Amino acid sequence: MSSDIRFTDFKSDKQPTWCPGCGDFGTMNGMMKALAETGNDPDNTFIVAGIGCSGKIGTYMHSYALHGVHGRALPVGIGVKMANPDLEVMVSGGDGDGYSIGAGHFIHAVRRNVDMSYVVMDNRIYGLTKGQASPTSREDFETSTSPDGPNQPPVNPKALALAAGATFIAQSFSSNSQRHAELVQEAIEHDGFGFVNVYSPCVTFNDVDTYDYFRDTIEDLGETDHDRHDREQAKEKILEGDKEYMGVLYQDEDSVPFEEREGVEGSMAEIPDGAPEGAMDLVREFY
Amino acid sequence: MPDDLNWAIGGEAGDGIDSTGKIFAQALSRAGRHVFTSKDFASRIRGGYTASKIRTSVDRVESVVDRLDILIALTERTVHENEEELHEDSVVIYDGERSTMQDVEVPHGATALEVPLKRLAEEAGGAIMLNVVALGAACEVTNFPIENLDESLQKRFGDKGEAIVENNKKAARKGQEYVREEFDYDFGYDVETTDEDYVLLNGDEAIGMGAIAAGCRFYAGYPITPATDVMEYLTGRIDQFGGKVVQAEDELSAINMALGAARAGARSMTATSGPGIDLMTETFGLVATSETPLVICDVMRSGPSTGMPTKQEQGDLNMTLYGGHGEIPRFVLAPTTISECFWKTVEAFNLAEKYQTPVFLVSDLAMAVTEQTFSPDTFDMDEVEVDRGKVVDENDIDAWLDEKGRFQAHFAAADGISPRAFPGTTDGAHMTTGLEHDELGRRTEDTEVRVEQVDKRNRKVETAKEEEEFDYREFGDPEADTLVISWGSNEGAMREGMELLAAEGIDVRFISVPYIFPRPDLSEEVEAAETTIVVECNATGQFADVIEHDVLERVERINKYTGVRFDADELAEEVKATLEGSTTAEVEAE
Repeated sequence: MSSDIRFTDFKSDKQPTWCPGCGDFGTMNGMMKALAETGNDPDNTFIVAGIGCSGKIGTYMHSYALHGVHGRALPVGIGVKMANPDLEVMVSGGDGDGYSIGAGHFIHAVRRNVDMSYVVMDNRIYGLTKGQASPTSREDFETSTSPDGPNQPPVNPKALALAAGATFIAQSFSSNSQRHAELVQEAIEHDGFGFVNVYSPCVTFNDVDTYDYFRDTIEDLGETDHDRHDREQAKEKILEGDKEYMGVLYQDEDSVPFEEREGVEGSMAEIPDGAPEGAMDLVREFY
Repeated sequence: MPDDLNWAIGGEAGDGIDSTGKIFAQALSRAGRHVFTSKDFASRIRGGYTASKIRTSVDRVESVVDRLDILIALTERTVHENEEELHEDSVVIYDGERSTMQDVEVPHGATALEVPLKRLAEEAGGAIMLNVVALGAACEVTNFPIENLDESLQKRFGDKGEAIVENNKKAARKGQEYVREEFDYDFGYDVETTDEDYVLLNGDEAIGMGAIAAGCRFYAGYPITPATDVMEYLTGRIDQFGGKVVQAEDELSAINMALGAARAGARSMTATSGPGIDLMTETFGLVATSETPLVICDVMRSGPSTGMPTKQEQGDLNMTLYGGHGEIPRFVLAPTTISECFWKTVEAFNLAEKYQTPVFLVSDLAMAVTEQTFSPDTFDMDEVEVDRGKVVDENDIDAWLDEKGRFQAHFAAADGISPRAFPGTTDGAHMTTGLEHDELGRRTEDTEVRVEQVDKRNRKVETAKEEEEFDYREFGDPEADTLVISWGSNEGAMREGMELLAAEGIDVRFISVPYIFPRPDLSEEVEAAETTIVVECNATGQFADVIEHDVLERVERINKYTGVRFDADELAEEVKATLEGSTTAEVEAE
C-alpha cells in the first residue's frame, strides 16, 4: 500500500453511462475519496455491487470488484471479508436492491456487524427499469406501476437498521460532496458494519425527491447538538417522518466486528499442498 | 444362522432411538465388526414411530436386507411395523410389565423375550436408562461381550459425569443378567469379535471431513434435512484449521457468502437439499460467469416441494445438471459410497479451482444418514492432493496484464482457463460480473466478445474431458449379457443383489457411475449387453434418460420412489422381473 494514493486511482477508464446530472456520480466520487483518504489502494479494496444503476459502480471504479445478482451483494461482501479481513470491503447498491429484494439480507448484515461499509444510493425510484415505485417511494408517488401511488408507506431503512442493532447509521446527500465523503470515510473507519444511506437523486424519473427538495429540507446533524452515541436521540430523529437529516445518526463505539468475535485471523487463501497437518485426527475421531 | 446379524430398536420419536442405535453400532465397530446402519421412519401410518437398524458382520456389509434377527420393541407398534422381517429365529425384546405391551403377539414363531426394562433401569438408577438395559439384554442374546458397550457408553455419556456412565454400565449389566438368569438357553446367535480397527461414520460426516482435508476454509449454509450434518460436522472442527462456518439467513445468502469467500481466495463450500438448491439456483450462473470456484453440495431427499424431508430419493439429477437460466458450464459429481463422499469432495475442490466453475456434489439421504465401518486408511490423508489451478501472484502477474497494465481475469486462453489473482495481489485489481464481459471483466454486448467468452467458458469442460478421468466402477462379470447401471447410493444394494442373482445363475455386469457431468461414455458397454437396466431412486428415470441420450438406445428402468432406499433382495427380484419382462433378455434359471 503506498501513501501517495489519490482518489482518481480508484477510477476506471470506463465512462459512466448514468444520465447527466445523476446523483450516483457524486456518491461514487465520495466513495473513491473516502477510500483514498483512509489509506486504501485498489489492490486491497473489494467493491461488491448489486443490480440497477447503482450496481454499475464496480465497473466505473478500479479495484477488486464483483457485480452480483439483484439484492445479494451484502452476503457476497460478508463472504469476502470473512475469508480475508485484511481487505477493505465496500458494498454498494440502490434502494430497490437493498430494501426490497435484499431487505432480508440487509437486516441480517446489520445484526452480523461484519467490518465493512454499505453505501446505498437511495433515489426513491427504479431508474434502470424506467421509473417504477421503489420501497422508499412516497405513498402517493405516481409511477408507471403505481398510477395512484404505491398506497403503502415507504420503508424506513434507518429504522430497520436501528431495530436490528446497527452500530453505525449515517445519512448523506450526494450533492454535498465534501460532507458525503466524510460520512463514507467515517463508515469505513467504524469497527463494524458502517451503513450510509445516500440521497442520490434520479433526475430522469423522480420529480419529487429532487436536488432542490433535499437542499431545502435537509438538516446537517453536525451543526446541531445531536449526540450520535445516544440511541434514544437517534430513534427520535429516525422516526420523525417529515424531516431529512445528514450526518451520523447513531454510532456504537463499543462495536466489535463479527469476524473478530468469531476469531477469524487473517486471510483464508493460503492452504497446504495436501491435507492439513493433523488431518488424520479427524479420522480417529470416528473410532 | 446367517453370517450377518440384523438388529433394530424401535419406538416413539424422542425415546432415544437414534442414540441407542449409535451406542450399539459403535460398540460393534470397536469390537472389530463391520456395521451398516439405517434409519426407518414408517410411511404407512402417520405418527411418531421411528427405528434405528444395524446390520453387522465380520465381513463388509454394503446394504440393508429385509430380515430382522434381534428387535428391541419399545412400543407395541414397533412389532407390527417390522412384522414382515421377523422369522422363527428372531428374538423380540420388550417390556412385558408395561400396560401397553401386555398384548404383544410376536409373529412368525419368533422368540418373545419379556424383560422388565423400566424396572431394571430404575434399580440401576433411573427409568431413562431402559434402552441401555435392552442393549445389555441384546448382548446376552447374541453372546456379544458387554465390555464392548462400556467404551461407547463412556463416549456417549462421558460429558455428563462418571456417575452417569457408571449407572449406564450397571443398567446394561442388569439387562444381561436378567436374560442369563431368567432364560437359561441358547438363542443360537454368536456374534464374533475381531482385532480389526474400524471407524464408523455417515456420508455427511465424510463430506465434511473431505472438505477439511481438501483445505476448505469457508462454509456458509442454512439448516435443512438431510444436509445439516455437513454443517454440524464442520462447525467447531474447521476452526481448528483456520476456517469458519457461517449459518446464513437463507440459502440465497449462503451461496452468495460462499461465492464471496471463494473470490477472496478461500476454498469455499455450501451444502443443502432440494428446496435449498432451488433458492440457490439464481446464483449458479453468477458463479459460472464470474468464473469462481465453488463446491455446491446437494444431499437429496424426496421432492418435489417439501416432499418427504426424511425420506430417500434421487430426484434432483436434472436440477443439478440443468438448473439455472442460460447455459452454465459445470461439473456434477455423485459419490456412490460413504467413503467416496470423502474422496469426491476432495476432487470437487480440485475441479472447482482448476476450472474455476461451480461443482455440484450430489449425495442422498440414504448415504447421509447411514453409518458404515471403514478401515481408517480408507481415508489416508497422505493421499489427498490439492490443485489450486492457475493462481498468479505479484511475481508472475505481469504476463497476464494487457498493454495498459490491466489484469485480464477472463483471458480467453486456448484451454478456456484464465489466470486467477486473489484480492490483495499487487496489480491484480479487476472487475468481475454476471453480465457478459470482455477479458478485463467489463460489461459488453459486443457480439464477437460474447461468442468468444461463451466458447471460452465452455472450453473448460472440453479441457477437463481431456485431462481428467470421468470413469466408473465396475463389478461382476464383464462378459455378462445383462448390464445394470446405477448412480449414487444404490451401489451397495446392487452389489449384494448381484450375488443373490449369481446364486440363481443370473450373471450381471454392474456399472456404478459417480460422474453425472461430464460422465463416461457407456455406448460400447450398452452395445455389448443384451439388456441394459438403469437403477435409480426416482419415478421418471432421470439418469436412464441421459444414458439413452448418450447411447441412442432404449434401456430398461428400475425406479423406486417410495421414499425408502433399495435393499439387496428387492433389487435382485426387480432385475429378475425386468429380465423376464424384457423382450431382449433370456433368463437362465438354475
